[in-house]
Amino acid sequence: MSKILVFSELAGEHVKTVTMEILGKMDGLHADVAVVGDLPQAALDDLAKYGAQNIHCLKGDNLEKYSPEGYAAALKTLIDEHGYDYVFAGSTSMGKDLLPRVAGMCDAGMATEVTNFTMDGGTFAGTRPFFAGKCLAKVEVQGPKPHFVTVRPNALGLNDSTTAGAGTKSEVAVSTGDLKAIIKEIVKGASNKLDLTEANIIVSGGRALKSAENFKILDEMANVLGATVGASRAAVDSGYATHDMQVGQTGKTVAPTLYIACGISGAIQHLAGMRTSKVIVAINTDPDAPIFTKADYGIVGDLFQIVPLLTEEFKKVL
Amino acid sequence: MNIFVCVKQVPDTETKVVPTGDGSYIETNSIKWILNPYDEFAVEQALQVKAANSGSTITVVRVGGVKDTEALRTAMAMGADEAILIEAGDNVDSYMTAKAIKGAIEKSGKNPDLILTGKQAIDDDCLQVPQLLAQMLGMPSVSVVVGFEQDGDGYVLKREIEGGTIEVYSANSPAVVACNKGLNTPRYPSLPGIIKAKRKPMEKWTLSDVGVADSDRRVNYSNFQLPPEKPPGKKFEAMDEGVQASVVSEVVNLLRTEAKVI
Repeated sequence: MSKILVFSELAGEHVKTVTMEILGKMDGLHADVAVVGDLPQAALDDLAKYGAQNIHCLKGDNLEKYSPEGYAAALKTLIDEHGYDYVFAGSTSMGKDLLPRVAGMCDAGMATEVTNFTMDGGTFAGTRPFFAGKCLAKVEVQGPKPHFVTVRPNALGLNDSTTAGAGTKSEVAVSTGDLKAIIKEIVKGASNKLDLTEANIIVSGGRALKSAENFKILDEMANVLGATVGASRAAVDSGYATHDMQVGQTGKTVAPTLYIACGISGAIQHLAGMRTSKVIVAINTDPDAPIFTKADYGIVGDLFQIVPLLTEEFKKVL
Repeated sequence: MNIFVCVKQVPDTETKVVPTGDGSYIETNSIKWILNPYDEFAVEQALQVKAANSGSTITVVRVGGVKDTEALRTAMAMGADEAILIEAGDNVDSYMTAKAIKGAIEKSGKNPDLILTGKQAIDDDCLQVPQLLAQMLGMPSVSVVVGFEQDGDGYVLKREIEGGTIEVYSANSPAVVACNKGLNTPRYPSLPGIIKAKRKPMEKWTLSDVGVADSDRRVNYSNFQLPPEKPPGKKFEAMDEGVQASVVSEVVNLLRTEAKVI
């Protein structure tokens, strides 16, 4: 029987939702969770509910702040102790940075950012996008264990019928050794919204916004919806939005529940980055804009007229 | 300084991807190959570091198919001094790639002071090679870098994470630095640069020359296919101000009752 470890990150009092999405696919398998530092009771309850057996809180010097080397050394200690067959993590900034390093330490393989997977017979087989989602491929890992997998947030969804696990918490003392790269400062981003890659709703603007100033009308709608604001490459390259807002093949690949594209024509590289959104709304003056081929609900109209109306309508119903 | 830049050659972002009949990869015959866009930031950073440290050499390393040498020629036209091409298939995995780059750096006889890469390749989007390579070479790595400064013997690096938050790292040299858009503005190759690039040295090695065997494969990809097409959606005409309010009201209602997303 395969033994699975899920590396998890805290977000306030809870762990990131992607951890529960992963645990929800492990029904019937032995799945433990690792976090660095302490875990609030609320997070512990969530993990147990979704089937976590043992929850390891890693503690030691050099772990107050994230570092690839320190966190990797800590995880490696745990992996060696318990002989895990698979190590999963969310495909977050940290997961994407950390897991390849641990995989390297184990001389093992890793599947990046899968959007679905099975564990039939205890063996992993995943599906992942290539070319930012222009096509999909099956991914399998071979060679030395454990095998490593990162999973795209929001892609699996939460499984409500998971069997609860014991949720036994233990502290694990780890030694990281000297670090060659350390964080000396963290500068918070201006936005307190969820990142595009984790957002449930995204309101995105294109070149038709015409200025950075005009993005305000998207901010207003986003505030009503609790959404994060994104942008097309054209808008970013024109200086209307910052690069961390860019959705597409050379920006972020996103999978929200609702994606509202405002004044975005739908270049092939943009469509690649947002096509797995569950529901897409597009607003564009050009009825032949390619974005309408991907839209569940298309509005042929001027975003400067439509967006404020939408904002008012959302206010009424939310 | 010995600066290495690891680059990948990828299909242009406007490429219409077509899986092969057997699903083993995509059709590559009529693809326009380009230097991976994120690698342009790595090449530009290398050129800026070289300008600030006289006597530096920039070596560009690429692992991959050999139908075209566009990526390496572009990097050299931008100003890199020499190139190493490790001939491999289009579908080598990240572990093999990192191991091949490590082997190539060692075979070159140069001790790296700095290794620059793009934050990810836009074909497989794996984001593994920089960290794997750093681990294999015993170096620190910092990824998604949007700020770069030399600081004595080391580097101060800004890494972008969720929500535009920046982690500021202090890293020892040598280090692996994976560059993101926003780090710098890559220069365009000049015409004399393009001509000079044709005469710059390019080593060609095989995977076995740099110590990589078939048994190093860790990940298998198969069954390449297009994503399922969505059924056509509903489209509303709302150029006319008279109908806008009712269209908007209907769409919001559909989002609540039909799509159930708000």
